[in-house]
Amino acid sequence: MSDMEIRSQLRAFILENYLFTDDQNALSDTQSFLKAGILDSMGILELIAFLEEELGVMVAPAEMVPENLDSIDNLMAFIVNRIPA
Amino acid sequence: MCGFAGKYSPGATVSAQAQQLLLSAMLSPISHRGPDETGYYCDEQVALAHCRLSIVDPAHGQQPMVDPSSQVVLVYNGEVFNHPELRQTLTRLGHQFTTHCDTEVVLRAYLEYGQSFVQHLNGQFAIVIWDPREQQLLLVRDRVGICPLFYSDTRDGILFGSEVKAIIPAMMDSPRLNLAVLDEIFTCWTPLGSETVFANIQTVQPGEMICLSHGRRQHWKYWSFDYSPQKNAMSETEWAASLHEELTDAVRIRLRSDVPVGAYLSGGLDSSIITTLINRLSPERLNTYSLGFSDPDVDERCYQRMLIESLNVSHTECHVTEEDICDAFAESVWHAETPMLRAAPVPMGLLSAKVNAAGFKVVLTGEGADEVFGGYDLFKETKIRQFWSRQPQSESRPLLLKKLYQYLQLPAQGQAEYLRAFFNVMLDQPDHVLYSHMPRWTTTAKAKQFYSDDLNAALQTSALSRAEKILSSGSSMSSFQRAQYIESTLLMPGYLLSTQGDRMLSMHSVEGRFPFLDHRVIELASRLPDALKMKVLNEKYLLKKAFASQLPPAIAQRSKQPYRAPDARLLKVLVERDDIREGLSESRIRAKGLFSAHKVQRLMRKARSKPLNTSESQALIGIISTQILTESFGLTTL
Repeated sequence: MSDMEIRSQLRAFILENYLFTDDQNALSDTQSFLKAGILDSMGILELIAFLEEELGVMVAPAEMVPENLDSIDNLMAFIVNRIPA
Repeated sequence: MCGFAGKYSPGATVSAQAQQLLLSAMLSPISHRGPDETGYYCDEQVALAHCRLSIVDPAHGQQPMVDPSSQVVLVYNGEVFNHPELRQTLTRLGHQFTTHCDTEVVLRAYLEYGQSFVQHLNGQFAIVIWDPREQQLLLVRDRVGICPLFYSDTRDGILFGSEVKAIIPAMMDSPRLNLAVLDEIFTCWTPLGSETVFANIQTVQPGEMICLSHGRRQHWKYWSFDYSPQKNAMSETEWAASLHEELTDAVRIRLRSDVPVGAYLSGGLDSSIITTLINRLSPERLNTYSLGFSDPDVDERCYQRMLIESLNVSHTECHVTEEDICDAFAESVWHAETPMLRAAPVPMGLLSAKVNAAGFKVVLTGEGADEVFGGYDLFKETKIRQFWSRQPQSESRPLLLKKLYQYLQLPAQGQAEYLRAFFNVMLDQPDHVLYSHMPRWTTTAKAKQFYSDDLNAALQTSALSRAEKILSSGSSMSSFQRAQYIESTLLMPGYLLSTQGDRMLSMHSVEGRFPFLDHRVIELASRLPDALKMKVLNEKYLLKKAFASQLPPAIAQRSKQPYRAPDARLLKVLVERDDIREGLSESRIRAKGLFSAHKVQRLMRKARSKPLNTSESQALIGIISTQILTESFGLTTL
């Protein structure tokens, strides 16, 4: 999967599940999920489940910090090169 | 509870027959409030109708009640619990009574004291008095908003009634949705002022009297919450003894009734105290009623059983399934006359049906204790956030919130950072009047993402700015008192005592009585130092101290568990129902125009496949109930 496809899949997940829209303008890649109130505690865990189940990226407890998970760009930086071939 | 409706139209000329027809149309939709008898009164200016739930002196006390000599006429819903003492006082002053009913005491109190009569009443009431001598109509509501009273201005006067549905048949125009109030509910759970979600229909505020006379209207508050703690006035033990005495008397006078009185038993501290006191004061074996759920997260039956065994009461359990709640949802919205963000009121309606089926008309409950004595988690949250605000960079202080909300699922690492993100609302403004409620209201307001563009465009000002304006008088209070004030003056009358209280009781002709809301108890609590309400993070500290020795230890030491319906499980069932799916179909959503149809479809899809978080769940229940409300009342929306 190319980086662009991964980014697109992440965006689609956030837009569909937390913003209830397919409008790409509703979310920028740098937007903080926490500051914008997009994710709450349940949402963080759902996002981790998505990374593990849909993208095959295992997230260790020590990695479950906002700097890895708090925006599309942060997520991309965290998971790039970790997706199994 | 009873119900009444009426019209005041000085100068209008309407035939007696037309008045009678109008009154019948107004009273008919609220007949559930008073199934025992009805009465009517008409003169040239005033038309009054009353439906009675007979509780005190059932053979007498018919309403509307007219004083033969002055021709003053009264309709009244509620109870005045100190009527025997007031009757004695009035008798000493020369009044003569022909009934044993509290209604006559209220009428004679007005004749004796004029408008200040209300200061002599201890109870829950909505009263309308027409005084032809003064050409004056009075509308009065009890101190905290237990009994409802709505009104609507007309070209030549005013319409009024115990529920909105009593007023609508007499309105000239078809009813419209008040969009600003809808937005208030989708932010703060409750209307913020006297306006209701029905445009041009207002509520008399708790503790308010409205006087209409000679074309003028005056509003005034005859009572309000006043937090003036007495420093070092009494020891803890003396406060506890004083509270014990006041609450015992509040229960004692609320047992006055000519029909049997039962009690609700939730398994929490408050209803356990009330039930224990009734059991001590009443020679009869007490009948208690409680809710049970299959969802262990919200079920409290193990605590209920503990108390039932210790008190030897005759207990009826109302086991409510998710399907039961779904079946009763639309009818509950009809009775509540408001959008609901949680399903919690619905089981309360199912419980009152059980009480009614058992032949009971009156129950005592523990409502109000959390507001008056500081029981809610929100008060603890406010205290923790205050503590945190003094060292905003602290890593450890926000972790106290995790201790408070143990159900919060957080990743093992970075918990402080996540808590900071979720609860760092106004951390730099701990003295702001909205500080205590902003995290909750911000969560609730996420529902606005489902608003349609048209609704967003129609809203002029934000609900939060209106809340700030209304609550600005609380700026001199401590943060704890401000949180109490918001709960007591907004959420308690606007949600707890109405949507989840009066409406769910009266739909099955049951009256609730609330000893913790006796104004003597409230006034005592208002004099308490904050630390006696919540000691460190021990909620309702003084209440526990006053009554712990009389309760099973597991109940006395139990942490507050808020009453909730199983919303998570319920939503999965609700969204699969045909009537709900059709009600939220694209065409029906578009027809009302309030919400974005495609976003609502996505929310429904998510609800079918996974659990919703708090704000999504509130949004979905809010959208479903708003659609039901606007369709069932035929409300014009945009």
